[in-house]
Amino acid sequence: MSLRVLRAGMLTTVQDLGRTGFQQYGVIVSGVMDSLSLRIANLLVGNPQQAAGLEITLMGPTLLFEQDTLIAITGADLSPRINQQLVPAWRPVWVRAGSQLDFGAPRFGCRACLSIAGGIDVPLVMNSRSTCLPAQLGGYRGRSLLMDDSLPVGSASPQAIQRIRHLAKAVSDQSMSSVTWLAGMDLANYAKEPTIRVIPGSQYDWFTAASQKTFLSETFCISPQSDRMGFRLSGPVLQQQKPRELLSEAVTFGTIQVPADGHPIILMADRPTTGGYAKIAQVIAVDLPVLAQMKPGSKVRFQAITLEAARQEFRSREVQIDRLRCGIALN
Amino acid sequence: MVNLDLGGASVEIFPLGESGLVVRFGETINLTVHHRICGLAAYLTEFPLPGVIEFVPAYTTLTIYYDLWKTSFEVLAEGLKSLPLNLPEARAADRPLIEIPVCYGGEFGPDLEYVAQQYSLTTDDVIEIHSSVTYRVYLIGFAPGFPYLGGMSTRIATPRRESPRLSIPAGSVGIAGEQTGVYPLETPGGWQLIGCTPWKLFLPEQTPPTRLTVGDQVRFRPITHETFIQLRNDSQ
Repeated sequence: MSLRVLRAGMLTTVQDLGRTGFQQYGVIVSGVMDSLSLRIANLLVGNPQQAAGLEITLMGPTLLFEQDTLIAITGADLSPRINQQLVPAWRPVWVRAGSQLDFGAPRFGCRACLSIAGGIDVPLVMNSRSTCLPAQLGGYRGRSLLMDDSLPVGSASPQAIQRIRHLAKAVSDQSMSSVTWLAGMDLANYAKEPTIRVIPGSQYDWFTAASQKTFLSETFCISPQSDRMGFRLSGPVLQQQKPRELLSEAVTFGTIQVPADGHPIILMADRPTTGGYAKIAQVIAVDLPVLAQMKPGSKVRFQAITLEAARQEFRSREVQIDRLRCGIALN
Repeated sequence: MVNLDLGGASVEIFPLGESGLVVRFGETINLTVHHRICGLAAYLTEFPLPGVIEFVPAYTTLTIYYDLWKTSFEVLAEGLKSLPLNLPEARAADRPLIEIPVCYGGEFGPDLEYVAQQYSLTTDDVIEIHSSVTYRVYLIGFAPGFPYLGGMSTRIATPRRESPRLSIPAGSVGIAGEQTGVYPLETPGGWQLIGCTPWKLFLPEQTPPTRLTVGDQVRFRPITHETFIQLRNDSQ
């Protein structure tokens, strides 16, 4: 089974939950920007949560399914259509062999996740199928998808096979069929102008009291120079009390660094492993998917919470995802 | 932030998000700090603390990433407190000396002349100074396998270029301030380029995936253009 690319979109890459375990060698973690969406899409098609899917940015590709299969689309609403009919999101969708999936106008968010039963089965590179664009590594030949690519798809799980049989039974000549329920959309908390929760960073005290206040009260804008590596923010300038040199040290997904020009940068999936700018804050894990859906030009504010509160959010989110997993398996 | 005594050294520990813990050994680069970081890294490799996913050694810090379901900042901090008092410091002598062949100047080192002019040296002087010292890998970062090497002579220390190059060939050897390093992949970058090695420093199909690891000792060996071509062909 394979998935053919008939037309390349703006930027579509194979992603899983990232290439962890090699950061001491400078290996960029990469992985999907909105991990919640990919995990739920995988659960919906009976895959392990860490299976590889496609991350589709703003203008989607046209894809051809060569066999009957089960897919799920989550994350951004980029108007997905199968043979001209809108595909319901956040649910398992049976697709007939020979069907074409394409995308229309982006209606909400920036990145959609597409999971397919069996997962995208590109070779593992350092334990991950993620595409690392800066190093041109992993994924499909280390790059975003192009016309005529043919993506290998793994074997569907027994749960997926059962769902495919069940959904296929109910159709006559339609190209797709789905269930009446949807799952996981409510977990995402997406918003057009979200308030992103942060934990103060290790150099928070380096900034002037005025800049600390500005950071936590003013509105910032995601600049056009934003990508999978990081989001640059335009807006108020943040100042340090005095210029201080920081030696490079580890940075992670959601670390907010402030270079000398005073404009913060939020590090995202393709970030380098280390950085040498002052870290004013760290985005809490459960708010990273919200951030990942923000387009250049959109507005964001920040709110500080404690490490303990962030951990509580993380735990309750994981419990919710696990409940969802059980619910999907039973339905 | 917590201060604690770790193997005889006073360190600060603080969180990096919900699943990161940073151990800071000080604020300045020196060999004692570096040896302690390597010692802790070696210890954590041999006797992993439960729930630890990976760690990143840097100039004065070692950052531990962990699974929040299996451990927490507090539990790890306790675990670090109970490490043996005399943490084996990774001594210079225990590490291999790796000699990297470099073809200096010309098309491979477009900034060699500039570095020489800065200090009224000849290009041969710069090559001699750069290749007569043993360096330490303090950090691997920026790009996969990019080593930040400490120990370069201040006699050739040169600030980064004002405008970074959009593309630097893989293998390029550069200088930024008192640091020197090697670009393992073709990337943009602002370091002053003085030469190029035919070696591949990033080897994604091998374990570990890099030629150099933190703590290694490195020297550069000048080679001719012919040797460069020959070595590069051999490695392909």
